[in-house]
Amino acid sequence: MSHYEASIRKPLILGDKSYHDISNDIAAPVEGKANKWWWGVFILALVAFLWGVGAITYTIGTGIGVWGLNNKINWAWDITNFVWWVGIGHAGTLISAVLLLFRQKWRMGINRSAEAMTIFAVFQAGLFPLIHMGRIWNGYWTMPIPNQLGNLWTNFNSPLLWDVFAISTYLSVSVVFWWTGLLPDFAMLRDRATKPFQKKIYSLVSFGWSGKAKDWQRFEEVSLVLAGLATPLVLSVHTIVSFDFATSVIPGWHSTVYPPYFVAGAVFSGFAMVQTLLIIMRKVSNLEDYITKDHIENMNKVILLTGGIVMAAYLSEFFIGWYSGSSYEDFTYLSIGAATGPYAWAFWILIFCNGVFPQLLWIKKFRRNFTFSFVMALIINIGMWFERFDIIVINLSRGHLPSTWGQFSPTFVDIGIFVGTIGFFFVLFLLYARTFPVVAQAEIKSILKSSGDAYKKDREINGEVKTKLFSKDMF
Amino acid sequence: MSNKIIHALYDDDDVLLEAVYDIRRAHYEVEEVYTPFPVHGLETAMGLEDTRIAIAAFIYGVIGLGFSVWMMDYMMIEDWAQNIGGKPSFSYLENMPAFVPVMFELTVFFAAHLMVITFYMRSKIGPFVKATNPDPRTTDDKFLVEVAIRGDEEKLIDFLQKTGAIETKIVEKHS
Repeated sequence: MSHYEASIRKPLILGDKSYHDISNDIAAPVEGKANKWWWGVFILALVAFLWGVGAITYTIGTGIGVWGLNNKINWAWDITNFVWWVGIGHAGTLISAVLLLFRQKWRMGINRSAEAMTIFAVFQAGLFPLIHMGRIWNGYWTMPIPNQLGNLWTNFNSPLLWDVFAISTYLSVSVVFWWTGLLPDFAMLRDRATKPFQKKIYSLVSFGWSGKAKDWQRFEEVSLVLAGLATPLVLSVHTIVSFDFATSVIPGWHSTVYPPYFVAGAVFSGFAMVQTLLIIMRKVSNLEDYITKDHIENMNKVILLTGGIVMAAYLSEFFIGWYSGSSYEDFTYLSIGAATGPYAWAFWILIFCNGVFPQLLWIKKFRRNFTFSFVMALIINIGMWFERFDIIVINLSRGHLPSTWGQFSPTFVDIGIFVGTIGFFFVLFLLYARTFPVVAQAEIKSILKSSGDAYKKDREINGEVKTKLFSKDMF
Repeated sequence: MSNKIIHALYDDDDVLLEAVYDIRRAHYEVEEVYTPFPVHGLETAMGLEDTRIAIAAFIYGVIGLGFSVWMMDYMMIEDWAQNIGGKPSFSYLENMPAFVPVMFELTVFFAAHLMVITFYMRSKIGPFVKATNPDPRTTDDKFLVEVAIRGDEEKLIDFLQKTGAIETKIVEKHS
């Protein structure tokens, strides 16, 4: 078997590692004890989560009147947070599915955590449509099931119902994709576990994975086909989320640019969240050899590209608003006064966080700097939240008549639910970081000889060692 | 005939790959190979046939698409047609543009889930299934080949060691 890889490509696995070293490194956070930092952040996240539980309970018990919604702004933080979280989820699938199809091997260091992030983010997203129904106990009405109301079915013409199907397909397929990839790694933890309880748990979750040749063959085929299915799926999900707005008649929402622009924005914010999590995780879990500077730089490049697409979409909206000379377009994009009205502050936060600051990533030195990348990721997370807030609230705040103008201010319940979902997200992610193999070690082992630092250096000195080519007709 | 087999353990994927070729060329039977990660070329070396699971996934997708068309036709057109936003509700085809998203989602839903279920069933993995790898090191960094014993045991062990096996063990096969 040839392990050739161009020497110009940077190694993906640093240090002089053997297969066993990889197992040790990936098992270390699971087998070791949590440090003070972990407990500190975990308790903080847990408190935020409990605050959110309280706020949700209050909302359900009292009704959504406890939010800051009013006659004019009748959809605000709930749907902002929903779109924000779904968008964040997109990076995981993009990394594991799209990069698999493009044979990008650097995905292997980060795909596991990115997929975990996807699933946890979609959990948070799923909460919002449920609670903003007001009567959550009727949530099952979104399912096309025979019911006590005669033959009244769900309305398949509605983008909100498309959303139900898109999000539930996305969540369930992501979970299955993630878990199937986890089987060999859980099996590795199972086979080296010394504590009986650990052994029991990992035996259960590894589904009896034994690593037979035929199983591996199917495993790879299943991964490839799932990637092929997940790629259009992830594009469809945010397209359908954008339909929630684009198929409505509200000026500013009713726009054909929404689907591509939402998808690009989702990838943009999702990669920013992956950066936020992994820059911390590589340090805390000692994964510096697997999540390298080059991984971070590659993600920054994706951020730069998708950020550019988002910016081009903003600019084209305003350009067409002016250039078309249409009074409808003028009202929608210009005279509504997004940049000068009462929400100018939110508008400019969006422009600066999403459009201006990320341009610094053109500079290689910044792209390869961990602290800078981390701060940039936080800025983009904030910017993308404001993007959704601006789309939703600014467009609703200006009706055609001045008497229909309004503004929104969140109550402590709105804030509590949002902070609660951030807490819930981090609770899940921190638990994951302590109990799951956070790097796809089986995949990493399969590229060790081609992309491992020591192997690459060795090849450079000794030249490529040619091995025999095998074929079926040798027998 | 005895149902004894030999477990030969290797510590490198390239050595393993050549060993599997050599074993088969020497007309011994490789019953199973356990590896910690997918070793590319091993299927060819073992003479395994291509998996047809992708074809199955395609068929499942077609079933999902058919199911979604049937479901929405029954619910929105046959059972209780409604005028929603003036969209045509008298024939499925005319109303179809609004149904495309759900048709797509259910195609993916069926293809993905049924394929994974098929994979789990065919490979006999799932919750509460016990692992069958004979050596726990095969999920870490070792590769194990099961070879059926035919003829002289000693000769076979000698041969396996020459192919690079670091350990050999004779075991009684149960099933």
